[in-house]
Amino acid sequence: FVAMGDWKTITVPVLSSDSKDIFQYTSEKKISPSSMNSQVLRLPLPSSKSVHSFFSAFCTEENIEQSISYLNRELTTLGFPSIYAESKGKELNLISIINCMNDLLVLQHKNLRAQEEVEMQHLKLGSDMDHLQNCYAKLKEQLELSKREIVGLQERDRQLQSKNRNLHQLLKNEKDEVQKLQNIISSRATQYNHDMKRKEREYNKLKERLHQLVMNKKDKKIAMEVLNYVGRADGKRGAWRTDKTEARNEEEMYKVLLSDYQERQKQLLVENAELKKVLQQMKKEIISLLPPQKQKPKERPEDGTVLSDLEEDIGELNKENMWELSCETVREQLTNSIRKQWRMLKNHVEKLDSQVSRVHSGALNDKDVISREDHELETEKLELEIQQCKEMIKTQQQLLQQQLMSPCDDDTTLLLQDCYLLEERERLQEEWRLFRDQKKNFEKERRSFTEAAIRLGLERKAFEEDRGAWLKQQFLSMSTDYKHCENVTTPSAFLGSSDQNKRLMKSTSQQRKPHCSLSRPVSAEPCQTSQYVTYNSSSAASKKPAGDSKIFQWQASDKEETE
Amino acid sequence: VREASTLQLLQLYTCLDQIQYIEWSSDSLFILCAMYKRGIVQVWSLEQPDWHCKIDEGSAGLVASCWSPDGRHILNTTEFHLRITVWSLCTKSVSYIKYPKACQQGIAFTKDGRYMAVAERRDCKDFISIFVCNDWQLLRHFDTETQDLFGIEWSPNGCVLAVWDTCLEYKILLYSLDGRLLATYRAYEWSLGIKSIAWSPSSQFLAIGSYDEKVRILNHVTWKKIIEFEHPATIANSKTIVYKEVEKSPSVETERLSFSPARALASSLFSTESKYDISQVPVSLQYIKPVADRANPKMGIGMLAFSPDNCFLATKNDNIPNAVWIWDIKKLKLFVVLEQLCAIQSFQWDPRQPRLAVCTGNSKVYLWSPAGCVSVQVPAEGDFPIVSLSWHSSGDSMVLLSKDNFCVCYLEREEI
Repeated sequence: FVAMGDWKTITVPVLSSDSKDIFQYTSEKKISPSSMNSQVLRLPLPSSKSVHSFFSAFCTEENIEQSISYLNRELTTLGFPSIYAESKGKELNLISIINCMNDLLVLQHKNLRAQEEVEMQHLKLGSDMDHLQNCYAKLKEQLELSKREIVGLQERDRQLQSKNRNLHQLLKNEKDEVQKLQNIISSRATQYNHDMKRKEREYNKLKERLHQLVMNKKDKKIAMEVLNYVGRADGKRGAWRTDKTEARNEEEMYKVLLSDYQERQKQLLVENAELKKVLQQMKKEIISLLPPQKQKPKERPEDGTVLSDLEEDIGELNKENMWELSCETVREQLTNSIRKQWRMLKNHVEKLDSQVSRVHSGALNDKDVISREDHELETEKLELEIQQCKEMIKTQQQLLQQQLMSPCDDDTTLLLQDCYLLEERERLQEEWRLFRDQKKNFEKERRSFTEAAIRLGLERKAFEEDRGAWLKQQFLSMSTDYKHCENVTTPSAFLGSSDQNKRLMKSTSQQRKPHCSLSRPVSAEPCQTSQYVTYNSSSAASKKPAGDSKIFQWQASDKEETE
Repeated sequence: VREASTLQLLQLYTCLDQIQYIEWSSDSLFILCAMYKRGIVQVWSLEQPDWHCKIDEGSAGLVASCWSPDGRHILNTTEFHLRITVWSLCTKSVSYIKYPKACQQGIAFTKDGRYMAVAERRDCKDFISIFVCNDWQLLRHFDTETQDLFGIEWSPNGCVLAVWDTCLEYKILLYSLDGRLLATYRAYEWSLGIKSIAWSPSSQFLAIGSYDEKVRILNHVTWKKIIEFEHPATIANSKTIVYKEVEKSPSVETERLSFSPARALASSLFSTESKYDISQVPVSLQYIKPVADRANPKMGIGMLAFSPDNCFLATKNDNIPNAVWIWDIKKLKLFVVLEQLCAIQSFQWDPRQPRLAVCTGNSKVYLWSPAGCVSVQVPAEGDFPIVSLSWHSSGDSMVLLSKDNFCVCYLEREEI
């Protein structure tokens, strides 16, 4: 139905008297006959049937003419062109009939669509209505709920208020009761006092009566028996009571009181003086704390005048301190001046505080002043650096430890060995030094020994000579029994044995001498000895791993260099 | 009469009847023995044992008797407080003071013995008479604004007389020596008031203990309260040291085994050693609420004493009968609390140094000083319930009294 092309959907009531519109409508339609045909074909059979049946009911073979004229009339009233070929006549204009039918169909479609739309809208409106009704219902419910809540809350509020009122009332009642009880107590107390007084008076009367009776009896029993009277403690005699004594007593009493007051006053004076001193000190310290204000007369003009006042005050009070007056005005002055200065100090401290806070908030306003933030940043940075350095040191220590503890790859072993070798080298240098020293000592000793040996030899020689002489003498002496002859000149010939000995000694000394000669050049030529020593050491060192030999030679050469 | 250092018996005097009260004269030459039932006072001389003196009040009766400060006059209070008779031992003169007040402390002598204050009551009004002790001349006579005067006490400097009212009224009046009213102090109304007072040795402070378990201290310059000390049952301040007496487990001492087993048992039962432990703060003490409908209830501050150096104040709250509270006067704070096993009977400060001796009715005497505290067992066979104690004026020894016995405790001086 919709494939009619561009149709203006005008909801046209089928029997509207507005023919103009219809004419417009009819003039505007664009029909595709093919579609019309298809449309016509598409009409469902039952409807066509119904149409047919309807028309069959409407038009039969008898009333064809009538029905046609009726149709014509209807159509013309509707604004369609007549279906007759001419104005009168009974020939039907087929084209106009078809056109009329088409128009009618179109109209029908339009109406259907309009109806659909209306139904749609109707549905929409219906659903909207439902929706709105639901909303309305919900809102109503909510409203009901909130109303109920309000009512509930109001109820509670009312209850609480009434409770509050009750409590207030109770409190008032309690207070009233307390007041009443207090009144009762006071009235009872007065009543008791009154009764007590009455009873006391009675009692007093009784006592008086008793006293009278007692005194009247003149009891001899009431007496004091004393063996002999005792002297007074202070040795004075008892004096009569006279006016003089009365006056004296009064005087004494006042003296006692006065002395007490004087004591107290002295103490208070001392305290006062101390406190004044403290105040003066405080004042001085406050003045010293305050910044020198004379340098900025522009900024603080009022303080300048105050300062002058201060100076005056200081001068005055210092003077007065010397005089130590304690009159009212001086005291007031002192306290006032201290108060003034304290206020100034307070203001100053407050200003400083505000300055600090300003600097803290506005970071780079004052370049001279390092803001706290920057300072803190700096300190943080420094701390970080310190931390890092510490960590580095730690790691290095750890690495060192590791290296010392665990053996690793060749590089490290070589390194280690290098380290070890350095150590060893140094040790060995030490040992070389020791060795040299010892060697020197040994040489000295050897020399001394050889000298001693030479001496010994000489002495022995001398001794042998003497011995020979002595023997000779003996012999001579023995023989002088027979002959006296001296045989001293040729000791060598005579002292065969001694000569032999001497020779032996000589030979030995000679033998020693070559040693000595050997030794001397040895001592004279330290290089050779060093070589000798190196040889020794190298032989000793040969026990050590072969790899070190090079280094040892290097050491030796070093030694040679040093020497 | 015994020698104080050796307890050697010096004299023995026999009186006519049971002695109720005994007092030395101020120069320690005479002893006054009062027998209230017979109404007789006998005076003995230490120098001359033969000398005797007997004062008979006869039908007037005797309720109290005491020496005057010069040691030569005896003041007897007759029955029903009819009058006070002043008997002179030097002359035969007798003086009477009429209408004395029937209260606990009706007569007060100044420390130097110059003046005597007597509380009187005429026509249901209280008066104070101040006499000069030299010649018994009336110096001042004035009325006091009290309902029913309870007690009077001179300050140690002899210039101020404290007069306080009955416990139904909290009121303390301070009079100068010449009778002027210096100040009145009332802490509160209606509740039970003052129970005990104590002057500090320097006369600077007046401590007032009341039934509301508080001590209020007045200062001598303005006579206004400078501080209030409370005695709560729970001590929470961590700076307070609390010494708690605990019993050591009884050890069987070998020396006691020599006695017969019954005796040994008895002694071991009674002589359980005790020592002090420091309790951790907070400590809660045993609190007793007295029966509400009895008169003179056991509540409030019943005992107050200043130490002789004016540094400490020892108090006892009758609601917490097992504890002694020691306050530091320099700092005006609670310093130490001694918690005992039994109720405190009495305590007294050493007259020379800040050392407090406490007895609780068992056979131990407890000593506290700022250096610490110690519990000393009285070495006696059987029970020795110490009822009261009294220090020697030199502070080297003290007398411990039980019902029938006494013992002297000697304290060694520390060699410096």
